[in-house]
Order: sequence, then structure tokens, then C-alpha cells
Amino acid sequence: MPPLVTPAITKLLPSLSLAFSAPALNSLPLSLSSQQGASFVPKCKQTKLSPLVSLRPLIKHLGDTLIHSSADAMASAFSAFKTMNQPLHRTTNNPFSKPTSPFLGSGREFRPVPSSAPVRRQSTIVAVSSDVVKKKKTNSIPFSSSDLLITREEGLELFEDMVLGRGFEDMCAQMYYRGKMFGFVHLYNGQEAVSTGFIKLLTKEDSVVSTYRDHVHALSKGVPARQVMSELFGRTTGCCRGQGGSMHMFSKEFNVLGGFAFIGEGIPVATGAAFTSKYRREVLKEADSDHVTLAFFGDGTCNNGQFFECLNMAALWKLPIVFVVENNLWAIGMSHLRATSDPEIWKKGPAFGMPGVHVDGMDVLKVREVAKEAIGRARRGEGPSLIECETYRFRGHSLADPDELRDPAEKSHYATRDPITALKKYMFEHNLVKEDELKAIEKKIDEMMEDAVEFADASPLPPRPQLLENVFADPKGFGIGPDGRYRCEDPQFTQGTAHV
Amino acid sequence: MLGIAGKGVARGGMNASRIRSQSLLLASKSYSSTAKQMTVRDALNSALDEEMSADPKVFIMGEEVGEYQGAYKITKGLLDKYGPDRVVDTPITEAGFTGIGVGAAYHGLKPVVEFMTFNFSMQAIDHIINSAAKSNYMSAGQLSVPIVFRGPNGAAAGVGAQHSHCYAAWYSSCPGLKVLAPYSSEDARGLLKAAIRDPDPVVFLENELLYGESFPVSAEVLDSSFSLPIGKAKIELEGKDVTITAFSKMVGFALKAAEILAKEGISAEVINLRSIRPLDRSTINASVRKTNRLVTVEEGFPQHGVGAEICASVVEDSFEYLDAPVERISGSDVPTPYAANLERMAFPQIEDIVRAAKRACYRSVPMAATA
Repeated sequence: MPPLVTPAITKLLPSLSLAFSAPALNSLPLSLSSQQGASFVPKCKQTKLSPLVSLRPLIKHLGDTLIHSSADAMASAFSAFKTMNQPLHRTTNNPFSKPTSPFLGSGREFRPVPSSAPVRRQSTIVAVSSDVVKKKKTNSIPFSSSDLLITREEGLELFEDMVLGRGFEDMCAQMYYRGKMFGFVHLYNGQEAVSTGFIKLLTKEDSVVSTYRDHVHALSKGVPARQVMSELFGRTTGCCRGQGGSMHMFSKEFNVLGGFAFIGEGIPVATGAAFTSKYRREVLKEADSDHVTLAFFGDGTCNNGQFFECLNMAALWKLPIVFVVENNLWAIGMSHLRATSDPEIWKKGPAFGMPGVHVDGMDVLKVREVAKEAIGRARRGEGPSLIECETYRFRGHSLADPDELRDPAEKSHYATRDPITALKKYMFEHNLVKEDELKAIEKKIDEMMEDAVEFADASPLPPRPQLLENVFADPKGFGIGPDGRYRCEDPQFTQGTAHV
Repeated sequence: MLGIAGKGVARGGMNASRIRSQSLLLASKSYSSTAKQMTVRDALNSALDEEMSADPKVFIMGEEVGEYQGAYKITKGLLDKYGPDRVVDTPITEAGFTGIGVGAAYHGLKPVVEFMTFNFSMQAIDHIINSAAKSNYMSAGQLSVPIVFRGPNGAAAGVGAQHSHCYAAWYSSCPGLKVLAPYSSEDARGLLKAAIRDPDPVVFLENELLYGESFPVSAEVLDSSFSLPIGKAKIELEGKDVTITAFSKMVGFALKAAEILAKEGISAEVINLRSIRPLDRSTINASVRKTNRLVTVEEGFPQHGVGAEICASVVEDSFEYLDAPVERISGSDVPTPYAANLERMAFPQIEDIVRAAKRACYRSVPMAATA
């Protein structure tokens, strides 16, 4: 798994069953280097604003000592984290780190372990931050003309996708307040860098599994704005003909496998989609089946059992999946720090035998770099990764959330870190684009939103017979009627509800 | 109005029906006289084996399905034949592996998810209901979910409240699911094959106590192309005095009760529901219109149970044909007790069915006393 490992780290930490890298810990959450321009405010200078940051001095200290595998130093440095002590004391002497038990055997063929590396975990478990990846990347391409992370075209694509996400959600808010859409509507404002940074690297055949905050994931994956807007309006032209709604975006064509409205529910489904890619390649012998699945979910979900169950099975079976945590620090009104014993979610990756990476989720370029590695790793059959994107939602949990618990100072701090503004600045500073080009994109998206709303508003409501359609894929699913024939053969069968 | 007509019907044809029912019990009409015997376990195993062999997209996953050969040996031999990629031993994570199965079905595979018992499906019910049953509808038909959830359901012996529970009514109340409950080896083979081939999620409720029971099976049943229609009940025993509906283990009890009733001159028609959802209302109503009396039998709890649904269906469609109040026999309205004597009282027994059928026929006293 070379791309995510700096050589120095592998040398220093070959014997730790849980490998931590000092650079990773030194450059933990949001402690961005300022090399990408002034817009990326180094987070560590504003420690009062994010509770996470106040832990950082401790972590930094740990980073210096950990490299010597000094468990005692770690324990004292991390005295604030009760739970940190146990895993870090582990070494390879621990018998559990070797798959010697026969009970591990049933999956033998499913997770081929190279005979030269019988202890799989030693080489694959790494936790790093995006800074490490970036440095490595730039160092390893000496012939690269500059340090640019994107080409002009890529920059424009990312910008357009993020503006699309933002514009769409702003339009949703308007339409919601005008009564055009109803129920729960969860908006993605502020988190665009995650969706764009990841999904724009996928092919059409790759899958995305989302949560109730799913509009923008669907848009990034390619579902037309008209279809998503119509779905929210509850019209037949919606991507699910108005039968799904805001929290349940599906598209077979674009492999959007659903928004899931319950916490943690999407993760096993995504893991199953990844299971299918592997099954198709290895059992059905479809050599071109290298599809990757992305599972998006939030910080609150990382306290749910299904998250842990699937990290385990995905690593156990080396499934082509990337677990993308959109850590926006709040689960409705529950602060991440008040809900999670160890708030650094990325650390749970190594605990299950996969890389855990933390990345600044307000920086689309950093997200993209990390996503490239993780998606590439999955596609090459090297197994899953856990990526924690630290981000922030600019609106309440849903449009019904009064959002009274988040500190206004925290909100305004993150407002200054708007991922769209940041990308704009980066591109200007590196002379990638001109202002009028971006203006043209913004105008195009504005027009697209107007069009989507007009289209949705003019679209027909689902007709009455549609109520009973699609309950089963099998048209005979409704069973046998009083006349002994299948009920679906009765021409009246989609009319009324009582007898079906 | 009901009673007089009913008695007349009950008396007529008594002797003939007794003879017929006895012969039917020995060899049901669909079986040839040289029928081979097969246990329900082997029927399920052979159905899985044949469907896996026919379609490489079919795979089975669950706890102990592979190296252990199945907690109840339903998957015996499959690991050797199909390998660990298609007979997937999972960790003890119902929510996780059930969801993985559903995700695999979204993408066109045909998973068979085994629950060691259906009691454990409670940990995964979110995926059965929310991820599997509703997705075809929510996606407007874009994503179908061809998956089978199977395992033993209902009361086992001496395992207490959390391991003795019938989920037929629970799952059958959910649109988007099909719920099957086999009784015999013919049912087990035909319905499991139909379930695996079906494009929709199917909850397949087996019964632990039936696994070891042998039933005669015809050459037709043993054919690898055999399958049964989902949504169609089977009349196990024809009769004309009272209709008894049952599913799973209770079909055997109903047949034994019918045998006793026949000796007392009551000709019972026993309907093996096979499919709880879709429910074969037409077969049930046609039978009730013939017998004018109905006894429903199930092991599950009484309130909002399968019997309640059948009763509602008959009241809606055949109210004017009823000559007696519908008798509903179900498990007691209590969590299953551990003590053997209490446990026996908590679930329907053959005597309960006999008594209810006699009540429905206004014959709570022995035939001899009124003759």
C-alpha cells in the first residue's frame, strides 16, 4: 500500500500493529499548511473556536514521542483520552495480530494474503493526514512543472460542481419556504468540497451510497438537477417519480444507491455494493469489474454499531469501498465531542486494519488528493480506507432545525473557510482562470437552477394509479385475486387501496 | 340462522368424508404411491444447492453457514461445492451482513441471507423493512432487491421467550415483502426455489422442529425445475364441515386434528397457507363459502396476527356465508415461558384445534350423545 505511506514511517513502525505516523499527528485536523494561499486560514491559530483544536497540543506532543514507540510517554501525553491507552500498548507480540486461528480461515480465499507477507496488517495499516500525501506527491514527481494540484480544466470542473451543489441547496431552501417541497429537507451547504472532491473522481459505474443529506451527492454523481428538483417537488419527472423524496435519491443509471434516512443504514448497503464488485470479478469472472463504492455518512454515525460491523467486514474481505466521514462536528444538536469518546474518527481505520486518514474537508484539493489514493487503492483491490473529512454545515441540520446550539463564533469562523471561495482564490493565485470565466459558470448554474425549478413546477403530479406501482419488481407480487388470476392482471388493480 | 343450517351441513356426508380424509392422510393426493421420503432439511439443502448451481449470482451468507455447515445443517456440503466466496461465513453482525446482502442485491446478485434463527433478524429488521422492502418503491422500480432472508422461525423447545417467537405477522404487514412459510418437504423445495428466483425480497420462515421430519415427495417435486407459485395456498385435506387454516408446523397439527375430527364425524378442510403475503384470499374464501365455518391456527401472538387478517378477509368477502363465529387459535398473549408445562400451554395444541372446530360446528359434546 505504498501511496499512503511515507518510507520513513514504514521503516520506523514496521512492528506496530497500530501504526501511527508522527507527521500525521503533527498535522492533525485542520492544521493546514498555508502554502495554498491565504484563504486557507491555519486552523491552529484559532483554537478557541473548535473544541477539537484544543486537543491538538496534546496530539502534537504525542506525535513527537510516538515515533519511539514509547507507550508510557503516549499514555501520559494522552491522559485526556482514556481509551487511547489500550490499543497503543499492543505490539506484534500480541498473538491476535496474526491470523492463526482456524476460525479466520473461512475467508482465506476471499482475502488473498500474499505468502510473502503473512501478517497483512503490518504493511497496510497507516494513518496519515492529507499533508503527508501531498508532500509525497509533489516530491515524487520532480518533473512536474509546478506544485499545482489541478489542471485548469479540473479546477473548472470542481468549481462548477461545488457551485452547482451550493446553488441547488440555496434554491431548495427558497422552494421549501415557498411550500414547494415538504417534509425533512437537509441541505449540504458548506460540505461541497467532500462531495465534489470524491465523487468527481468516480466513473459512472462506481456507486455512491448517501444519507438523508443526499441531494448534492446525486448531483455530483451526474443525476440532472431537473430530476432531483422534481423529486423534491414530488413530481413524476423526479428521479424516483416522486416516490422517494428528499432523503431517498436513487438512480440506477448513475449508480446512486440511495439516500438512507436512518443513521448507519447506508453503510452495510454500500459494503454490499462493494461486495458485489468483488464477487463479479472473482466468482462471475467479470475481469473488468473494478467498481468502487463510496459510503458517505456523518460523525454521528461513527458511534453506531453498523459502522463498526462494516469496517470489520470490509477490511476482512478487502472490499473496494471508501468510508467517507463527513464530520461536520454536529449531529443535529449533539456536539461530536460530547458524543464520542475519541473524537478522532480516522483512528478507527487502523483499528480495523485499514488506512485511516484525516483531511480538511473544507479544502476540495486536499480532499481530492486523499480521495485519489483511497479510490485507487480500492480499485486496485487493496481494500477499504476510512477517510475523515472535517467539514461544517452552514445551515441547520434540516430546514426545520432552529440551530440554536452552535456557537455563532464557530459558525462565522467556518463561514470564512468556505470551500468555494477557497478554490476560487487558489485558482486566481495560480493564474488558472480568469474571474469572468468563473462568473460565467455561476451564471450558468443560476440559469440551470431557474430551469430546474420551472421544469419541476410544470411537471405533473403522480397520477392516482401510480400509488400502487413499484411495490414489487414482480408484477405478480400482489398475489392471487378472487377470480383465481394474479391480481396484477386485473385492469383495475392499481385503482384504490383497500383490496390490494 | 347460522346454527341450524350449519348442523345440517355438518351431518351430511360424514361417513364418506371420514374415509376419504383417512386415505388422504396416508398419502396426499399429489404424491405418487411409490413416493420417496425426504426430510425438510434435505429439501431445503437440495433447493439451495440446485439454485446455486443453476445461477452463479446466487450466494448464501450468514453465521456458521460455511465451515460449520450451518447451525441446523441446512447448508451442509455447500461450502465444499461452491467455495467460501459463495458460502460466506460472516461475523456475528446481523445488521451488517443483512445490509451487505441487500446492497449486493441492489447490484444484481441474488443473496440468500441465513439467520441462525429469525429471532436474530430483530437486529437487522431495519434492513429487511427499510432497505429491502421499500427500495423498489422508493426508487420507482429502478432498483429491485432479489434477496431471500431465511431461517427457523417460531417456537422452538425450551429456549425461552427471546428464542421462541413467530414473525409471520410482523413481516407480512409490510408492503414490498413476500412472506413464505413451508410445512412439508414439497413446500420447502418448491417455495425456496421460487423465493430465490423471485425478483423481490422474500422472508422465508422455516421451523426448527420440522427440519428432521420426513415427507413423501414425488418425482415432480424432486425435479430441479420444480417450484411453487408464491401467493397460492394448498388444500392439504379436502373437507366440507369446517375450514382450518394453518401454516408451517401448525399444518401438521391441523391435519392430526382433522383426523380426530373425522373419527367424530366432522369433515375438516385443511388449508396450508404456504404464502402469508401475498395471502391467498380466494382459496380461503372459497373454502369458507363451502364449509361455512372457519378456524385459524398460528403460533404467533393473537393481536393483529395472521388469523386476524384471515378473519378480516372472510368478514369482508364472505360474511353472509358464515354459519358460526370464526375461531382464532394462536399462541398465548405472553412472552414464551421456559417451563415445559407452561410452554406447552402457551402454544396451540392439537386438542385446541379439535375443540375449536367442534365449537364452530356446534358440537362441543361427543357425536354419540346427540345421535
